[in-house]
Amino acid sequence: MSGMARPKGTLSTLYAGNRHVFRLVAVILAWMVFMALTRFEKFYTLINFQTMASQFPEFGLMALGVMLCMVTGGIDLSTVGIANLAAILTAFFLKAVALPDGGLPAYAIPAAFALAMAVGAVLGVFNGLLVSKVRIPPILATLGASELFTGVAIVLTNGNAVSKLPIGYATAINSKVLGNLIPVQLIVFTAVALVIWFLLNRTTYGVKIYLLGTNATAARFSGLSNDRLLVKTYMLSGICAALGGMIMLANYNSARANYGSVYVLQCILIVVLGGVSPAGGKGRISGVVLAIFLLRLLETGINRFPQISSYYISLIWGGVLLLVMVLDYFSDYSAGRRLKRRPATPAP
Amino acid sequence: MRQWLRRLTRRNEPYIFLVLLALCLLIEVRSGQFFTANNLVDIASAMVVPGLFALGIYMVIVSGGIDVSFPALASLTSYATTKYLLDAGYTGGIWLPMAMSLVMGAALGAVNGVFIGFFGLPAMIVTLGTSSVFKGLMQGALNSVQLAVIPEGMRQFGTDALFVATNPVSGLSSRMPVSFLIFAAVVLLVFFLMRYTYFGRGIYAMGGNEVSAHRAGFHTRRTKFFLYVIVGMIASAAGLIRTCMMQQNHPTNMLGMEMNIIAGVVLGGTAITGGAGSVTGCMLGTLLIVIVENSMILIGIPTVWKSVFVGALIVIGTGVSAMQVVRANRLAANRNLTQEAAKA
Amino acid sequence: MFQSLLKATGVHKSFAGVHALKGVDLDIRKGEIHCLAGENGCGKSTLIKIISGVYQPDAGTIEFDGKALARITPIDAIMLGIQVIYQDFSVFSNLTVMENLALNSELAQKRRLVNWKRMREIAREAVAKINFEVDLDAPVSSLSVAQKQMVAICRALMFNARLIIMDEPTTALTRKEVQALFDIILKLKAQGISILFVSHKLNEVFEISERFTIFRNGELVKTGETRELDSNKFTYYMTGREFAPQQFVPEQVSKEPLLEVRNLTAKGFFEDVSFALHAGEIVGVTGLLDSGRSELALALFGVRPADSGEIRLKGRKTDIRRPRDAVRGKLGLVPEDRLSEGLFLPRSIEDNLVIAEVDRLAGPLSVIDRTKRRDEIRRLVDEFKIATPDPKNACQTLSGGNQQRVVLGKWLACNLDVLVLSGPTVGVDIGSKHDIHEILQNLARGGMGILIISDDLPEILENCSRVLVLKSGRIRKEMDTRDADERLILSHMM
Repeated sequence: MSGMARPKGTLSTLYAGNRHVFRLVAVILAWMVFMALTRFEKFYTLINFQTMASQFPEFGLMALGVMLCMVTGGIDLSTVGIANLAAILTAFFLKAVALPDGGLPAYAIPAAFALAMAVGAVLGVFNGLLVSKVRIPPILATLGASELFTGVAIVLTNGNAVSKLPIGYATAINSKVLGNLIPVQLIVFTAVALVIWFLLNRTTYGVKIYLLGTNATAARFSGLSNDRLLVKTYMLSGICAALGGMIMLANYNSARANYGSVYVLQCILIVVLGGVSPAGGKGRISGVVLAIFLLRLLETGINRFPQISSYYISLIWGGVLLLVMVLDYFSDYSAGRRLKRRPATPAP
Repeated sequence: MRQWLRRLTRRNEPYIFLVLLALCLLIEVRSGQFFTANNLVDIASAMVVPGLFALGIYMVIVSGGIDVSFPALASLTSYATTKYLLDAGYTGGIWLPMAMSLVMGAALGAVNGVFIGFFGLPAMIVTLGTSSVFKGLMQGALNSVQLAVIPEGMRQFGTDALFVATNPVSGLSSRMPVSFLIFAAVVLLVFFLMRYTYFGRGIYAMGGNEVSAHRAGFHTRRTKFFLYVIVGMIASAAGLIRTCMMQQNHPTNMLGMEMNIIAGVVLGGTAITGGAGSVTGCMLGTLLIVIVENSMILIGIPTVWKSVFVGALIVIGTGVSAMQVVRANRLAANRNLTQEAAKA
Repeated sequence: MFQSLLKATGVHKSFAGVHALKGVDLDIRKGEIHCLAGENGCGKSTLIKIISGVYQPDAGTIEFDGKALARITPIDAIMLGIQVIYQDFSVFSNLTVMENLALNSELAQKRRLVNWKRMREIAREAVAKINFEVDLDAPVSSLSVAQKQMVAICRALMFNARLIIMDEPTTALTRKEVQALFDIILKLKAQGISILFVSHKLNEVFEISERFTIFRNGELVKTGETRELDSNKFTYYMTGREFAPQQFVPEQVSKEPLLEVRNLTAKGFFEDVSFALHAGEIVGVTGLLDSGRSELALALFGVRPADSGEIRLKGRKTDIRRPRDAVRGKLGLVPEDRLSEGLFLPRSIEDNLVIAEVDRLAGPLSVIDRTKRRDEIRRLVDEFKIATPDPKNACQTLSGGNQQRVVLGKWLACNLDVLVLSGPTVGVDIGSKHDIHEILQNLARGGMGILIISDDLPEILENCSRVLVLKSGRIRKEMDTRDADERLILSHMM
């Protein structure tokens, strides 16, 4: 029965399994070619790519966390709230440990990262408990939590920005390594992306959250601890968000309760565009990473055309999302029909 | 009577009403300022725009969908209307701006409707996408900037008062805006639509079980399409009213409202999974959020605490109703068994 | 003399190259109860959809009341008096009984405005037709399955129905409720309504129908009077195979129990349940739908833990608070609803097979040992003869019987001592049922303890050496199946 569905060669197998990823690659390539033809000198510069690589990790990290939640069939709307709260607390910490001459002791930056990750983990666990134990639908739980975290951030700062940070932190994160080539932000992002790739593809945790996202009841009946998996997932998302907050802290050299509020929906857009199903159980990290690149390339590319308002990016962005969905709809639709119309049981 | 009471306790509205009452009494006791004429008028006037948005989102959530694009939609239509009429030197009344907004709102709502209704794509993602598109159109194509002046007719509409309530003690007075009438009319309209038309019953049926709704003879695609058109119209009306009431158009300051509006609707007992909810509950939930956002100051809680309270309210409110669902399921199972035992 | 109400001749239907119906006939007479039977995928649901206007046939004719039907829509079918009661009843559990009853007819009249008074009258009239007593203002979610079905039947009757098609109507009903349903069906027959009863349950076909039609692989195998049918013929027509009866006789039963349950109580579901299960035996637990039998299974597996009492596994007291505890104690559960509770349909067969033992296949830091995983999958696919070209395919590409094997395989991969099965063959066709019983019996012979929780009495009698009868949450009787027959067990159940 599946004889006819067998792919012919390895290449087409690869394509069939990663159709979405291939489509994203095609769009990115098309855009790169377009930029090469129209604005080669302004776009293809080292500094341009370095700038992009230092900017996208902010929301890229948050999107990775949202992806994990969406694989379980949930969502995380509190990423930006967590990022800001973590950044504010870290900013307080950095100011507190600053030396009298404005420099930072050697332990400060690692400790700041540890602190931010701990904050992210705690807030993420809070989300996870609301979702798993209290059974609030994830969209509402993380929405409420987001408001709450932002509220705490406002109360802590009176709504003002925490600035005048010791300069050492921003300098360290904004520097470039490996022969002054690779921005530190990119290193952080790559490290986190690799860890998540490993978790999803090589560990039992990954297998389990994909199955949990596919069918939570069946997961429970297979002896998985759904609650614990969910708490872990939201905790990871919280840590990713907090790291995103650390990058924001460095990029803006200040922290504030309302920084990056557009990222909430943008992260979801990225994740969906990356091929993760909002219903759960489906999606690859490669798709999400490509979607992050695509967003940054589009935005930076458009900025190279001074006559076009950079605000068009949001229009293009939404348009691309809708287009991809409609494309998926038509290809899934025809595939779905083929599958459905096959009789359920072949002859014994 | 007892049956009626039991049915009542199973619903969400009485609880939210009690919470609301308790909050009002608390504010009254602490400040003595809550049940004053001007404060009540202030709250009523603060309720108009969120209330309109909430009515739209309530219908969408009952149908089993969701809409996060309405603030962007409202911003785009109100900005386009205001800008166009300003440029044209329009001096007439509110009717033309309102009609323009509604037409645009319907058209943009129809975009959502086509994707969600006819292609059957997930509402959350579609509206996320269209929200982005609407924002891009406003900021990119229309080059939106803050408009400090609005056409005279809109200004008039925003400042006209049905009546003015004055607090005899403080001497403060508040105007009841004319737009409150529009809000009241839409409340009645939505109530009628949802309860007394088969369009509305179709929305409930669809939210319960879409396949069955189709089998029963509802035109589910068409119903969804028109639902999003209507929601687009309500949102655009709300956007225009907000511009009029603020006497200026700030293109981006409605963006980000969607989440608290959705939270209010859900607090009022509308099931996020669809199929259940009422206009009464939706209004009570929204009122609760509006009061928390506007009246905490009366009991000496500084405004910086606002988000903390709203967030806690959402978490606790949805948490309590989630727990209720779990308990109700267990109770129902127990009841069946005891009934069976009694028979045997 | 016999007038046909519906006559389908030579109906063909293909979907994307697959020939689902290969020229089948069906003849339903006025006022008769006709049974349509066949294994899953035999084409019976396709034919129903053609009759009710959902699909159009590729070839063949359908006559209704002497008139040929060409290209009808579902609404046309309803107007002609053809009503389908689907397995899920198509009711709205979020709406009231009243609205559920009145919606369809109001919509059919293309009304736009709701008149709640008229709705109530319509609903009252509808329930009066079969003397169905129910609170019209209750939300349907608060009704039992049987009551929901009654709502669906009442609704169907409102359109001057002449032919009612019931798609496997008894699947989720208790025995008592099935009786009540049959009474209603006879009443309808008396009113001159024809019933097409779709089922693959032998005893029901015998009990209720006058004539039958059996399909296999899209072809008509046999049609005739039910009187002339017997159980062997029925099975043969359905499957094309003959089955020797395979009464299970335990060979080596251990002295010490594998599973011992003492005074287990879950308030509101079951009370004071005690029994023991030994290695090598298959024990049945039966009872009505509301006897607490399903909840007992859930409690043993920790999905809905018991309130008091104790569970001993291999003599050791084990506190089972969640499924994980049960799996650690080497107890597995095959749930009742395999599609929604047992399988991850869109995921690969591999993932489905190893999910329960995935922790065992992982090294430090829970990194999966890929060689170990591959070998394990290969072993399981071979051992359970899962027919698939590639275990990387999605589980939903498998046939029903193979999916069943995957669910069993998932647990057997964990080397369990005790396997609890809740309704192991509900909704499974005869051929696969036979295969599953064979697997279970072999497992018991291999030293496993198996607990079958089921209300399928022939299944219990064939496979179990002992049976426990639950009634209203308590064990009323424990019997040796050699001394029991269906009637005796039933008398303790009721």
